[in-house]
Amino acid sequence: METLIFFLFAALAVGSAIVVVTHKSPIYSTLSLVLTLLSMAVLFVLLGAPFLGAVQVLVYAGAIVVLFLFVIMLLNVQKEEAAHVDRGAQLWTAIVGVIAFLGMFWLAFWRTGLRIGGPAPQPLTQEFVALRTVAVELFGTYLLPFEMVGLLLLVAVIGATVAARRPGAPDNSVDDLPVYASGDEPRTDPLRSGPDPRRPSVAEPAYKTKEANV
Amino acid sequence: MNQELVATLLKYAVMFGVFINVAPIMNWVERRACAFIQDRPGPNRVGPLGLFQPLADALKFMFKEDVTPSMADKPLYLMAPALALLPAFTTFVLIPFGPDIQVNGRTVPLVVANADTGVLLFLAIASLGVYSLVMAGYASNNKFSLLGSIRASAQLISYELAMTISVLAVLIPVNSFRPADIVAYQQAHHVWNFIPQFLGFLVFLIAAFAETNRLPFDLPEAESELVAGFHTEYGAMRFALFFQAEYTNMAALAALGATLYFGGWSMDMFGIHYPHNWIGAVLGLATLIAKIAIAMAVYVWVRWTFPRFRYDQLMKLGWKVLLPLSILNLILVAALTVAGVY
Repeated sequence: METLIFFLFAALAVGSAIVVVTHKSPIYSTLSLVLTLLSMAVLFVLLGAPFLGAVQVLVYAGAIVVLFLFVIMLLNVQKEEAAHVDRGAQLWTAIVGVIAFLGMFWLAFWRTGLRIGGPAPQPLTQEFVALRTVAVELFGTYLLPFEMVGLLLLVAVIGATVAARRPGAPDNSVDDLPVYASGDEPRTDPLRSGPDPRRPSVAEPAYKTKEANV
Repeated sequence: MNQELVATLLKYAVMFGVFINVAPIMNWVERRACAFIQDRPGPNRVGPLGLFQPLADALKFMFKEDVTPSMADKPLYLMAPALALLPAFTTFVLIPFGPDIQVNGRTVPLVVANADTGVLLFLAIASLGVYSLVMAGYASNNKFSLLGSIRASAQLISYELAMTISVLAVLIPVNSFRPADIVAYQQAHHVWNFIPQFLGFLVFLIAAFAETNRLPFDLPEAESELVAGFHTEYGAMRFALFFQAEYTNMAALAALGATLYFGGWSMDMFGIHYPHNWIGAVLGLATLIAKIAIAMAVYVWVRWTFPRFRYDQLMKLGWKVLLPLSILNLILVAALTVAGVY
């Protein structure tokens, strides 16, 4: 029974992962990414890590991928733009990815499978699976790496916030959003000549050009 | 057949029977209650007090024409309503609905899935509900639908954070993620959690309205701005599935709230102890249903009393008020637990 579930969800994880990479529509890619994450959560539970499975669903499937979807829908990306693909960069990323994957694979086998004659693997016990054990390991044995990862994420958040702000732009809180007149054009200051240097030039909105093409 | 499996299936059947009836009953309650609040009769033609109105509505849903927009993304459009029901009918397996009972000399806990990570799993599965909204809005190929689902995805993530953190504060003194342990803790202390955890309960209550898209925060469907939001293009039985999912989600969240803050199926706060047998099981289930019913009444009451929030107000409330409050509550509870107050 467990073997059956394992093969079912392993196949689902691999299959949907392939769809993530190959599908043309970003929405379908993202939705199959959810499927990949969910099947991996099932595999975690089968491996005796129910906490990891629950957190995987809660954090990745339930929050992070929703953010992906949010951005994709906000930009209303319909099809992947083929013109933007840089062949050289694609090749290099593929090579680095394959090397990293093989290295991980090799490490996994070297640490576990190839150690013939070593101590027998410990059987899964109720105590080993329990949340308390996970907590003690995470906040005791591995406290330093845990805190370092947290710090890294904090730095990433601050970095993203700084990168997203245009230099010299006013504080972008909701109250300060410019209120446009019904003409949908930003009102310009009559005293100042030329465009507002703090704002990017207003290009033709994307939806207008799209409709003009149709 | 495996006894364990039979017991699980039976327990699931009981809970399914309770939760599948939420939507039709609430259909009637909602319309009668809003009529009462707005000082008008409401549906009163079908049956005594209009009680058979849900039946008439169900018939209407089944015989209406089922339209699929020609420019819709067909697979996603058809999948979305079915997917809406999936988390709704899964989460309640983690809610305990009675004391452990003895059957043929075996102890049977009255919860379908007595998971070690129960509360986390509940939140995890509930957080998947947003995908059906997003898929429905995207697949409909309608700008109102798309706006609705964009709002839904941002809103659900924002309020999920505050909700999860306020729930975590409940777990600290209990020292367990298992819903049955949370009920047992409240039984042992003879006090329901909403008294010692009042701040957390307040955050949970407000976030629960946002998580179920109920009225002060029903921006994904805001009918005065977005026609019907993410389900604008849905009609007939497919709309009914969204309707069903919304009420089932509300009931499931109400059940979680009852378990976390109001003693679940128990009434030990008032000195009433249920026996560990069939009578206790029935009383426990009835108590849980009564608590869910009260929560549902509050949902309805709030919906027809408060105006809708504006979108930026919603975001500001979520990130600048509820999230800091829930973190403050978490720190407070942790400190008090270490100090030995709880």
